[in-house]
Amino acid sequence: MTRATLSRQRLLVVFLAALLALFSPVVRRFETVPGLFGVPALYLYLFGIWALVIAVAAWIVSRGRD
Amino acid sequence: MITGPLIVGVACAYLGLLFALAYWADRRADQGRSVIGHPTIYALSLAVYCTAWTFYGSVGRATATGLGFLTIYLGPTLAALLWASLLVKIVRISKSQRITSIADFIASRYGMSQLLGGLVTVIAVVGVIPYISLQLKAIAWSFTILLHYPEVRMPRVLDPAFWQDTAFVVALLLAAFTMVFGTRHLDASERHEGMVAAIAFESIVKLCAFLAVGLWVTFSLLGPGGALTGDGLASAADNPHLAMLLSPRISAPGDWFAISLLAGLAVMLLPRQFQVAVVENSDQRQIRRAIWLFPFYLLLINLFVIPIAVAGLLAFPQGSVDPDTFVLTLPMAYEQPWLALVVFIGGLSAATGMVIVETIALSTMVSNDLVLPLLLRRWQSQATGADLGRLLLRIRRLAIVAILLLGYLYYRLAGEAYALVAIGLISFAAVAQFAPAVVAALYWRGGTREGALAGLSAGFLVWLYTLLLPSFAKSGWLPAAFLDPGPFGIDLLKPQALFGLSGWNEITHCLFWSLTTNVLAFLAVSSLRAPDATEAAQASAYVDAFKHGRPAGLPIWRGSAEIAELMALAERFLGTERTRRAFADFALSRGVAAPGDLPPDAQTVRFAETLLSGAIGGASARVMVASVTEEETLGIDEVLNILDEASQIRAYSRELEQKSRALEAATSELRAANLRLQELDRLKDDFMSSVTHELRTPLASIRAFSEILHDDPDIELGERKRFLGILVSETERLSRLVNQVLDLAKIESGHADWLVEPVDLREVIAQSAATTGRLIEGRGAELVVHTDHCDGEPLVLADRDRLIQVLVNLLSNAAKFTPAGSGQVEIRLTRWDGALRVCVADNGPGIPEGELELIFEKFRQASAGGDKPVGTGLGLPISRQIVEHFGGRIWAEGGAEKGATLCFELPALAAGPGRPRSQAAAQPPTPPSQPAGETRP
Repeated sequence: MTRATLSRQRLLVVFLAALLALFSPVVRRFETVPGLFGVPALYLYLFGIWALVIAVAAWIVSRGRD
Repeated sequence: MITGPLIVGVACAYLGLLFALAYWADRRADQGRSVIGHPTIYALSLAVYCTAWTFYGSVGRATATGLGFLTIYLGPTLAALLWASLLVKIVRISKSQRITSIADFIASRYGMSQLLGGLVTVIAVVGVIPYISLQLKAIAWSFTILLHYPEVRMPRVLDPAFWQDTAFVVALLLAAFTMVFGTRHLDASERHEGMVAAIAFESIVKLCAFLAVGLWVTFSLLGPGGALTGDGLASAADNPHLAMLLSPRISAPGDWFAISLLAGLAVMLLPRQFQVAVVENSDQRQIRRAIWLFPFYLLLINLFVIPIAVAGLLAFPQGSVDPDTFVLTLPMAYEQPWLALVVFIGGLSAATGMVIVETIALSTMVSNDLVLPLLLRRWQSQATGADLGRLLLRIRRLAIVAILLLGYLYYRLAGEAYALVAIGLISFAAVAQFAPAVVAALYWRGGTREGALAGLSAGFLVWLYTLLLPSFAKSGWLPAAFLDPGPFGIDLLKPQALFGLSGWNEITHCLFWSLTTNVLAFLAVSSLRAPDATEAAQASAYVDAFKHGRPAGLPIWRGSAEIAELMALAERFLGTERTRRAFADFALSRGVAAPGDLPPDAQTVRFAETLLSGAIGGASARVMVASVTEEETLGIDEVLNILDEASQIRAYSRELEQKSRALEAATSELRAANLRLQELDRLKDDFMSSVTHELRTPLASIRAFSEILHDDPDIELGERKRFLGILVSETERLSRLVNQVLDLAKIESGHADWLVEPVDLREVIAQSAATTGRLIEGRGAELVVHTDHCDGEPLVLADRDRLIQVLVNLLSNAAKFTPAGSGQVEIRLTRWDGALRVCVADNGPGIPEGELELIFEKFRQASAGGDKPVGTGLGLPISRQIVEHFGGRIWAEGGAEKGATLCFELPALAAGPGRPRSQAAAQPPTPPSQPAGETRP
């Protein structure tokens, strides 16, 4: 499998994982969890997952370039 | 401090800066040193997705619906993860097919249909004009609000004459700006490097502006010691919006997902997004960085939305300030004029970026896919003859102005009745109708022109009915009864609760109905017939885009074309210079010296189509080229026939290969046989020449002596007798020779008659001795026979006469070569290792070592000490043939001066114990003393 195909596969995996993390009932659990530093947990969770997805995508893309 | 002229001045300066940047980037591009090739610039240009709706409207949306605003950005983040396969494929297809807009993309795929391109254009224009209005409103409002500094006052809903309306001025300015950016010349690839540079710059400006405000709000207003710190929780109780922001929840998971999906589709299908992501892309590798950089941009620009919303709700009494303006009004309220100015510029960036790109994209679609086809239909190919390129540019400029004016019109008519903020999602839902056609284009080989038309029309109509018309009703243009209880009072047809699906968010509701009808209509109508030749060819080009290293293969095409006509056609749109250059490059790539020498075949026609489609769109290009060439359309049957032929040809060629292999084998065999024949021929020639030579010699003597006798009657009797004796002996010799030659020929060709029977060698010896006795005596030699050393009966299976012939030959040779007077010839019979050996020895000069084998060759006569050879030279070869025929062998022994011994050996025939001697003696009597060589009749 070429590097490009491997990257695409990995990105697809991240896509599905993010889909699960952001759109499944998991999200609603964070509505009731207490927050940090006055910031509600749901914000932290959503922005956190968002940042994580971006970071993982950046890593995959940079690895694919090698 | 902040006055009108200052704001206007700053705004103009900023736009001037943008223009200068665009101009510089275009100049660099013309020189070949593009500045926008950097992947970061590409990713930033994609951020044109964030318009004034993002800049101002996110905060408003956050205030109204809490977390709902995030869906608009989470969707594209997830969509970006798929770009590695999806967007790269689209870009690859678009580059190889010279696609210049999303209308082109869809129309090219489904049979190069101009009607389809036109429909896509109409949907795009209708769907996006409200979105443009939103931008105009944002600019106008932000200008008006800032003008009132330091007073924070919402603009009153006035109805100024349009020439006094800020928004109108803005619309005109933007039209002029866009025309300068996008329509200076007709580029074959529709790329606008200057525009992309300007957009990327604007993306940075708007991000920085928003971050500046966000940071200030978070750390100055809401941070420790800030103006708003104390108020927080106390106000939360009576402000439901604030409460919602401080304890967020996802109230409707279905909407949460649906709108994310919508945004994910829109980030690819919006005309401006398609323009910057696909058409303006210069290198597919740029997409890799965009996959994460673009979502990162989205993350950053949304980071401070919530804090700004919270601060705004805290700072302003409920309902006094429109939440959409918090980004601007907060700095104004807390005496940060420069920050407010920065925010204004940021908003201006966001709005102008969207308007420019969107209008350019829409005007390209309008000119290529809507107006040009109509014009072509009216004029056929005998168009004005004038420069069609200029006409096209003029059409585009008109389209830009028209679109912007329509946007202004919508803004004026919509007023405040229906928050323009919602329009953004309505536009998204409109372009989402392209999704089934686009996804199918990439991954499905089915799908026909009619199917795509049906799907798009159905989806568009449902969208009109469930979203656009209700928005008019909510704005008061249509009677409210349209919404509830539905048209003509029919409950099931309620536009926003269709067929009883009530209680849904209007966007989700529309999305559901429009996409399902779209997909169903698309699939159903596509199933009515199989794709035709063009559709199938294009399907292959699209679906297999990754498999083709180069653009997809040649279309199946039959027709005639004139190169000169094709070039003339291209020149009308692209200009002489560009056309000549393009055709010259193409000719070189095909290994042809000049464009005039190009073969007018499918590849050339395809090239002309691609070249033109960059300027006027794929569908129109095809029509124009078709009008020049005379093309016969191929039905799918003919295509199948051609394919059949191809497979037949393959089968034939396989057979041919096999046959040629067999032929090669046969040829090599024949060659070997030929060589053998040539060898034999040579041998035969040698033999013939030897024979004729041998025949000639005695004949010459006979002739000579005959002539003497004939010419001279007075020859003495003694002399005469001598000559006659010579004649007789030569004649005998001649006849002996002829007989021997015939005999040898007979034996060698296998036509000799052999009588095979048990033969007693002693008898043979006795007979041969008797036959040659007189000859031996005549030489004065003594013959000795030794046969008694052999015990038992020396029987062999052979032809008696032939054996006698052999022995007689050997004995005559021995007699010939014994010295006169003292010669001794010895015959010895022995049993040797299961075989019977007969040896004839003489005490003559012997045979030199080197000639022991040679004497068995035809016409070879051993030199007998200077004596003239008397024999024929054929005796030994015949003897050898005879002996070897019966499974024996014959050889010579001895050396020079040692006397010659010739032996032959034959396999012994074992005599049965009770074999009576009488039977052995009862041989059929043979005629005695046959001269050697006389053949049997």
